[in-house]
Amino acid sequence: MSTITIREALNQALREELARDETVFLMGEEVAEYDGAYKVTKGLLKEFGGKRVIDTPITELGFSGLGVGAAMVGLRPVVEFMTFNFSILATDQIINSAAKMLYMSGGQFNIPIVFRGPGGSAFQVSSQHSQALESWYAYFPGLKVVMPSTAADAKGLLKSSIRDDDPVIFIEQERMYGNKGEVPDDPDFTIPLGVADVKREGTDVTIVARSLMVPVALKAAEMLEQQKVSCEVVDPRTIRPLDIDTIIESVKKTNRVVVAEESHPVCSVGAEIATQIMERAFDYLDAPVKRVSGADVPMPYAKNLEQLAIPDVNRIVAAVREVAYLD
Amino acid sequence: MATKVIMPKLSPTMEEGQISRWLKKEGDKVSMGEPLAEIDTDKATMEMQALANGVLRKILINEGQSAPLGQTIAVIGEPNEDIAALVSEAPAAPAKEQPKQQGQQQVEPAAPPPPPQAKAAAASAQPASGVDGRQPQAATADSGRLIVSPLAARMAAEAGIDLRSLQGSGPGGRIIKKDIEAAISQPKAAPAPASFPRAVEPRQFPQAAASGYRDEPATEIRKVIAKRLVTSLGPVPHFFLTTEIEMDRAAEMRKGINALDPDLKISINDIIIKVVAAALIQHPEVNASFQEKFIRYYEHADVGVAVAIQDGLITPVVRSADQKTLSEIAAEVRELAERARSRKLKPEEYTGASFSISNLGMFGIDEFTAVINPPEGAILAVGAMSPKPVVRDNEIVIRQIMRVTMSCDHRVIDGATGARFLQTFKKILENPLYLVV
Repeated sequence: MSTITIREALNQALREELARDETVFLMGEEVAEYDGAYKVTKGLLKEFGGKRVIDTPITELGFSGLGVGAAMVGLRPVVEFMTFNFSILATDQIINSAAKMLYMSGGQFNIPIVFRGPGGSAFQVSSQHSQALESWYAYFPGLKVVMPSTAADAKGLLKSSIRDDDPVIFIEQERMYGNKGEVPDDPDFTIPLGVADVKREGTDVTIVARSLMVPVALKAAEMLEQQKVSCEVVDPRTIRPLDIDTIIESVKKTNRVVVAEESHPVCSVGAEIATQIMERAFDYLDAPVKRVSGADVPMPYAKNLEQLAIPDVNRIVAAVREVAYLD
Repeated sequence: MATKVIMPKLSPTMEEGQISRWLKKEGDKVSMGEPLAEIDTDKATMEMQALANGVLRKILINEGQSAPLGQTIAVIGEPNEDIAALVSEAPAAPAKEQPKQQGQQQVEPAAPPPPPQAKAAAASAQPASGVDGRQPQAATADSGRLIVSPLAARMAAEAGIDLRSLQGSGPGGRIIKKDIEAAISQPKAAPAPASFPRAVEPRQFPQAAASGYRDEPATEIRKVIAKRLVTSLGPVPHFFLTTEIEMDRAAEMRKGINALDPDLKISINDIIIKVVAAALIQHPEVNASFQEKFIRYYEHADVGVAVAIQDGLITPVVRSADQKTLSEIAAEVRELAERARSRKLKPEEYTGASFSISNLGMFGIDEFTAVINPPEGAILAVGAMSPKPVVRDNEIVIRQIMRVTMSCDHRVIDGATGARFLQTFKKILENPLYLVV
């Protein structure tokens, strides 16, 4: 075990997979010479050369299409979006090509590609550069969507994503690159996709949280413990496929749920999780499922407003107390 | 020559079309290529052109109605031509209506569906069992809507708790897990009075309200038993259990209580009511009634007491007798009997008992059998109490003996079940101290 940042964990995962499989290559804006806008690809150009680590022009649709084509002929591209905000330009390739190729080719073409980069809220970069897009991608059959919340999850899940034969949307959290955590040293350490992780066990309320909301939920759970409320924090880690069984198991134990997410509330992943809980565990619910979401507005630039737009510890605490009928 | 106008294929994926608007009326002249109607397809509203010259003789599909591809929707012909053959070829039944998707045209609303389950709602006051066999506890017409969490509803159903008896502690009075847990941890029924009540203020009971109950689906075997027994002995298959009860202690107790306060006027019958109620609570399987599709188990002992009145009899009900003291029962029976004789009982005061008692002891009857008052599961026929020689410890002694016969509805109570109940009844009545332990 070594304690490293999420940034380093991702870097390790890329390095190990580049070394392990010569069909793996990286491309994206500034990933090579500049070591990546967030330094996730640091040192990889030097180590693996310009054929494996490729700087692209500012053409998201173009290099995403290039990646899909490369994947069709047997390579394993890892495409970095400088942020997922720019992936919006590439959605035709991601959704109409990558996600559907296996289906539309009658199973002839797997697309083993990873689209990765930072997503979610960032620090004061305003509406266009600070948003959560996971519900977009999770919507489409054919895509897998992964959102790690710890250094170990980041490493283990990215390695599994690169080895996966289907297109994976791998969303890192821009604010969390510097978060540190223990990561196993084993170069074959992986975490399977589609398996949730109970980040904290509890008995009174289940908090389903992903990405940035996991550390926030854990902090809320600590505060609530002092108020004699025992919270279980479940991190799905993979949004699609979603490990709903682990969530339902927890709900059957606690009977009350808060779903915390950074994203806008309408048609969000949280809405999907709440629905599935209602469908599968209706008779176990003692209170309506409560969602804590980002504000239903474009992300404000002003710092004070930005803080209000993102769920924080206090809002999660209040939501837990509400479903536990404490207020 | 008359020509059929058929529903044309106006889009590649169209399977049926809805007449949005006829552009010609019956009797209008039409010529080939002229717009005849507007048709809503799965994709858009399209104009349909006439493919023949003549007069629009007959419209078969009205505006707002749909027809599959190829169906005759109108007939074009010469003004006086006989088109009966073509018209009769068309399907007789009006093409099915489909709800219109784009606004502009008023579609006649389909006939309102028959009122849902009007029969079930009107048929009886007995709630029907739910689809899954569970009693829809919250669905009574006379109570307001209950707000209850799904978990609490399930827990209450499993524990046989009547949700209406609970006060919800959640927002808006929602009944939540905590409330059910509290209800479960509380003793269900107050045991027999532990202390003699000071006869100051009578406790208030909702006199008219029947006690709660739970309905359990009648098992298949139970249904078969019911059916077979009915064919053998009238609609309610009775059987009878008789036992002899030594009443000395009960009589002594009665004397003692009345000596404490002569105003109480406790009768032996009052004691019998109390003991029946206590035994019913110990034998809930007897405190039940057969309801065709399910067996209804009552939570409290609502004991009917047969009262002879001029030209008949009536059984006023002592509600929740298990929760009442002897003095409360005595006062209530006296009051109910008086009003029964003057025919002033309200229907809810003489219906809905869970068990009845008929006492002909005052007429010197030693033993008799009573007829069950459906849908109650049983009735206890009580004979006179009189001194009889009996053998106790190998000696002949005189004891106050009373014979009781219980008539049971075999559809819900089996022989051994009834016998066990009667055993308990006898045990308590012979040792009335059991009432207070």
